[in-house]
Amino acid sequence: MYNFECDVAIVGGGPAGLSAAVAAKKEGAKKVLIIERDESIGGILQQCIHPGFGLSYFKEELTGPEYAGRFAKEAVELGVEFLLNSMVLEVNENENTVICVNSEHGMTEVKAKSIILAMGCRERTRANIMIPGARPAGVYTAGSAQRLVNRQNQMVGKKVVILGSGDIGMIMARRMTLEGAEVLAVIELMDYLAGLTRNKVQCLDDFGIPLYLSHTITKIDGYQRVKGVYFAQVDENKKPIKETEKYIECDTLLLSVGLLPENELTRKAGIEMNPITNGPKVNQYMQTSAESVFACGNVVHVNDLVDNVSTESMKAGKFAAQYAMGTLPMATKKVENVSGENVRYLCPHSLSVAEENEKVTLYFRVLHPELNATIRVKSGDEIIATKKRQRVNPGEMENITFDTSLVKDNNVVVEVVKEA
Amino acid sequence: MKKEIICTVCPMGCHILVEGEGENIISVTGNTCKRGEVYASAEFCHPVRILTTTVKTDCEKTPLVAVRSEKPLPKEKIMDCMEVIRKVEVKTPVSMYDVVVENICGTGTNIVATGNV
Repeated sequence: MYNFECDVAIVGGGPAGLSAAVAAKKEGAKKVLIIERDESIGGILQQCIHPGFGLSYFKEELTGPEYAGRFAKEAVELGVEFLLNSMVLEVNENENTVICVNSEHGMTEVKAKSIILAMGCRERTRANIMIPGARPAGVYTAGSAQRLVNRQNQMVGKKVVILGSGDIGMIMARRMTLEGAEVLAVIELMDYLAGLTRNKVQCLDDFGIPLYLSHTITKIDGYQRVKGVYFAQVDENKKPIKETEKYIECDTLLLSVGLLPENELTRKAGIEMNPITNGPKVNQYMQTSAESVFACGNVVHVNDLVDNVSTESMKAGKFAAQYAMGTLPMATKKVENVSGENVRYLCPHSLSVAEENEKVTLYFRVLHPELNATIRVKSGDEIIATKKRQRVNPGEMENITFDTSLVKDNNVVVEVVKEA
Repeated sequence: MKKEIICTVCPMGCHILVEGEGENIISVTGNTCKRGEVYASAEFCHPVRILTTTVKTDCEKTPLVAVRSEKPLPKEKIMDCMEVIRKVEVKTPVSMYDVVVENICGTGTNIVATGNV
């Protein structure tokens, strides 16, 4: 078996892995290795050729390849090493090893002082949402179609229907239209748009593509290739209303129906998971329940902005480097972060409070939209931080920052309440 | 002429009603901030979009390189620009921000690479 030793080993070379690698190097880690299964680094951003990235991190609007390119360039300049075309099979937290395989070295064992999980997420498929009907060719997830069209020069179809109004779905509606296909409909189960309004305006309205809210696909028709789809309006229980069923002739169906963090390796390593995010539980250092293993980006929780992924991953990189060098602050107590009113989940899930004060930022999503809301952090009976927001929305991640020295109890509660 | 414009400056998504004729704006209503007024006025007179797409390369392993318009292009010219870009094939190596098509469709804007091949 081929052996490799490093200080920090990172699984995944997308935006999370690259940002973590850059931060680990800057913190002083000597040998930093990224293990990536694709033939090049940059992850999914390589196929996200559209603009809209970097507005909060770089204060300018970049395309995906430009955004990834900046971090990739920095990583290369700092001397980060890469194992490409390498599939990680196992992360072993007891021995601090990562087992991967590639066609050049065969089985490879990477021994590290700390490990960062940055595998990202993958798309939900037809099987995840159980659409009835035949199983012809021509049914793709939006992201796999995006890779075929934007990187491999393979057009996936001529007459397209898209299920799901997520950002990837709407962006693919525009992309397919620009490449000469006809996009006949975007169909959304919920009674509201899943993605950003901006994308509805610039990807659907600009090209006159119809959006059907409160509708779903009831059946896929076709023997060898998709011939069409049946779709119908849904009632308040999301059940299709038979009388409203209609047929659209098409040769391609794209699915943009949500993302799932890719955590097979995390689960296999026995790392504690959060059932709401389907990602590992982490503290403010992005450290998992296995103390030498850190995690960041979409593998922890699905983000809406890559800018947030970079910010979060730089923490993982910095603290994983500190762990590798033995300088990570020692915790004097552990504090649980508890979701209060109108908070779906919090990330990080706990705090390792050390003697010295630290400013920590908790990221979270609300359960339902609210106007004129106040975000409050409570510890014991005291309110230790507040923040006012004109509008909160489940689609947009919120955050609040406070000092660990103010935390009195063994837990803090974050809640979002409507102003009186 | 009256036109309803959904503001895309921030996630509020205000529905702004603009009344005017060509370059001449009579009224802007429904916006909740100044930025909305600026956006809606520009969108009413001259809607523009950044165009991103791909062009073919002569490299077998990497058949496409991502490209963008350096500046936003007039919305109505987008499909014409695509017709031009569709026929282009670039010689590798190509580096980030190399000009792929100069002054596309007489707009004064270049199409540049956003990747390295």
